[in-house]
Amino acid sequence: MKFNSLVKGGLAAAMAFSMMACGGGSSSASSSAPVEAADGSVVIKIGGSGPTTGGAAQYGQAVENAFKLACDEVNASDSKIKFDYRFEDDQHDPEKAASAYGVLKDWGMQVSIGTVTSGPGQNVSPLYKEDHIFALTPSASSLAVIYEDSANMTNAFGTVFQMCFTDPNQGIVSADYISKHPDLGTKVGIIWKSDDNYSTGVHETFTAEAAKIGLDIVFDATFTNDTANDFSVQLTQAKDAGADLLYMPMYYDPASLILGQANAMGYAPTFFGIDGMDGILSLENFDKSLAEGVYLLYPANTNDERTAAFFKNYQDKYGDVPNQFAVDAYDCVYAIRQALENANAESSMSASELCDLMISQFTSMTYDGITGKSITWNANGEVSKTPLAVKIVDGAYAAAE
Amino acid sequence: MGNLFKKMFSRENRGRTASYLIIIIAYIVLEIMRLSGNMTNLLSSLLVPVCCYITAAIALNLNVGFSGELNLGQGGFMGVGAFTAVVVSGSLAGVIPNPVIRLILAMIAGAVLAGAVGWLIGIPVLKLQGDYLAIVTLAFGQIIKSLITNLYVGLDKNGMHFSFVDNHLNLAEGGKVLISGPMGATGTERIATFTAGAVLILIALTIVYNLIRSRHGRAIMAARDNRIAAESVGIHIANTKMLAVVISAALAGAAGALFGLNNASLAASKFDFNLSILILVYVVLGGLGNLNGTIIATTVLVLLPELLRSLQDYRMLIYAVILIVIMLVSNNEKMKTGLERLRRKTGKGADSHA
Repeated sequence: MKFNSLVKGGLAAAMAFSMMACGGGSSSASSSAPVEAADGSVVIKIGGSGPTTGGAAQYGQAVENAFKLACDEVNASDSKIKFDYRFEDDQHDPEKAASAYGVLKDWGMQVSIGTVTSGPGQNVSPLYKEDHIFALTPSASSLAVIYEDSANMTNAFGTVFQMCFTDPNQGIVSADYISKHPDLGTKVGIIWKSDDNYSTGVHETFTAEAAKIGLDIVFDATFTNDTANDFSVQLTQAKDAGADLLYMPMYYDPASLILGQANAMGYAPTFFGIDGMDGILSLENFDKSLAEGVYLLYPANTNDERTAAFFKNYQDKYGDVPNQFAVDAYDCVYAIRQALENANAESSMSASELCDLMISQFTSMTYDGITGKSITWNANGEVSKTPLAVKIVDGAYAAAE
Repeated sequence: MGNLFKKMFSRENRGRTASYLIIIIAYIVLEIMRLSGNMTNLLSSLLVPVCCYITAAIALNLNVGFSGELNLGQGGFMGVGAFTAVVVSGSLAGVIPNPVIRLILAMIAGAVLAGAVGWLIGIPVLKLQGDYLAIVTLAFGQIIKSLITNLYVGLDKNGMHFSFVDNHLNLAEGGKVLISGPMGATGTERIATFTAGAVLILIALTIVYNLIRSRHGRAIMAARDNRIAAESVGIHIANTKMLAVVISAALAGAAGALFGLNNASLAASKFDFNLSILILVYVVLGGLGNLNGTIIATTVLVLLPELLRSLQDYRMLIYAVILIVIMLVSNNEKMKTGLERLRRKTGKGADSHA
C-alpha cells in the first residue's frame, strides 16, 4: 500500500474541491426578497456590500436597513420599477469586498449601491469599471473610490458615483462655513487623527482652504488610534493658544472623549465636527448635555417632511435613529429608481447596457431627495449638492443657518 | 522512467509527491474551469488570495514546525513584501510594460526585502534561548504596520519621492502617488495571476522540501529537538535557525507581493496581528511539519467563511464553532489512536510527519 498517503491526499483535495463547487452552486439569492414581475413592471436586481459584522458593523447595518427599507417602499408603491435586492457582508475588508462583489455578480446584479466604506470601495471600483456595472455608493467618500489616480484626481472610473461628499470636499465646505460665520469663532484650533484616511484627507483640504480664504488657524495637533484616550495635552495647548473654535475632523468616538475632557477642564470653545460626528447622540453612556451647541455637517435637512417620514419608518422598523449612512443609502435607492424610470430600463437588460443608460441619466438628471434638493453629478461621479450644517440643541439636530 | 516513478512514490518521497500532485491537479482543474467559463465569480476572486495564504502558511510551517520557533509576525513580512511590490511594480510600469516580467521582479524584490528584514530581526534574537522570536516578531508586525501607515511614496519624472508622517511629496506635474499614508496604496495595477500563485506554491514546496532533506535541514530539526545535543556535535544553533527564519520571511514576502498586486487598494491595517494569527491557525490545524495538511487546512479555512455566506450573520459564529470542533477532534486521543489503528491495518505503520 505504497500509495496510501497519496490516495488520502487526493481524497482530501477532492473534498476541498467539492466544497468549492458547492459554494459556487449554493450562492443563489439568500437575502433577497423575490419580487413578482406582474403587470408589466420592470424588476431590476440591485446589490450592495458593507460591513454587517466586525468593527465597522454599525455603518454597514445602517445602510443595509435603509437600503432594504427603501427597496420595500419602492416595491410596495405603484412605481413601474421594482427591485430584487441583495446586500452582502464585506467586514470592512477590501479583500472580502472583492469576494462579496463576486457573490453579487454570480447572483446576477444589474445595478449596485457599491460599498459602504472607502477601503473596500477603492478595491472594487476597478472591478465595477472592468465589468461595466453601475454603482452609486451612499457613503464611500474617499477620492480613490471614484478616481484611479486620486492624488491628481484624474482617470475617473466612470461607472462609480457617490451620494456623499468626497472627504476633501468636506474640508473645503467647513472652512467656508466657518469663515462666513465669524460669530462661531475666529481663532481656529484643529485636532485630527493622523493614522486615519478620512481625518487626514479632510485636514489637508481644510488647512489649504483656510490659507486661501484667510482663516486664522492658531493650533493644529494630532492623535492616533493608540493615543485616542487622553486629549488633555492637546486641549491645554489649544486653550493656551486661544482657540475659540475647535475643528474636529474625526468620528464621534474620540470626539465624545474630547467633549468630556474639555468640559472637565473648563474649556468651552465652539466645537465643529464633520459628518463623522453623527452618531454621538446615540452613543451609550455618553452625557448628551456635553454635545449641546456642537456644530456638524449632516446630509439631511431635518425639517423636511420626507426626511421626517423616513426617520419615523426607520425607527418603527429597526428601533434606532437612522444615521447619515442610512439617510444617504435611502437616497441612493430612490436616485437609482428615478434614473431607471427615466431611461425606460427593461428587466432583461444586461448590467453593461444598464450601466450606459445610468451614466447618461446620472450626468444629466436632477434628483430631489432627503439629503438635498436639485442634486446633480458630474461625469467623474462626484455629487453636487448644498452642504448642510446642523447644531445640536436639546439633544437633537436643529438646522443651523 | 520506471525508476523515477518508483522513486517518486518511495516511502520517503510519498508526502512530497502528494503535495506537488495536489497543487498541479488543482491548478489544471481550476484553470480549465476558469477558461471554459464554468467558474463562479466568487471562486475566481478567491484563487490568488488562497495561493498567497498557502505560501505564507508553508513558509510559517518551516519556522514553527521544522525549526520549532514561534513566529507571530508573518503578517508583517507579507506587508513588507506587498508594499515593496506595489512600489516596484508602480515605478517600473513605464519602463517594463510587460506585466509578467514586472510581477516576477516585484515578487523577487518583495522576497529579498522581507528576507533581509527577517535576517535583521534574527541577528540578536536567535542568539537567545526561549520564546524571544515570538515576542520580537509580534512587535515587528506592529512596528511595520505603523511605519507603512505613516509612509508616503510618490513617483514623478524626477524620480522617487519619500515622505514620513506628513504628506510632503511635492510631486511634479503628472506625478503618481504610490503609497499614501493611512490610505495605503490605491489605483494599483492588478497584475497578479493564478498561474503565478500556483508556481509560487510549487517553488515554496520545492525550497522547503529540499531544505529539510538537506544537511542544513537535518541541523534545523536537530536544533529543535535537542539544543544541547545539537550544539555538542558542532551545529551552530543561531546560524541554523537563521536560515529557517530568513527563508520563511522571504517566502512570506513573495506571497505578500502577489497579494499586494492582486488588490487595487491595500492598506497597512490589513497586515496586522490578526493576519499573523490567522496564518498560524492554518499551520497548527494543518499539522506542524505537515505541508500537505497545511495546504488543505489553508484552502478549507480561507474558503469556509465565503461558503457560509448563505448563513448570513450567523456565519462568523459557525466559523468559530467549526474551528473549535476541528481543533478538538484533531487533538482527541481516541481519534488519534483510532487513526493509528487504521494505519496499522493498512500496513503502513506509524511514521514521522516530515
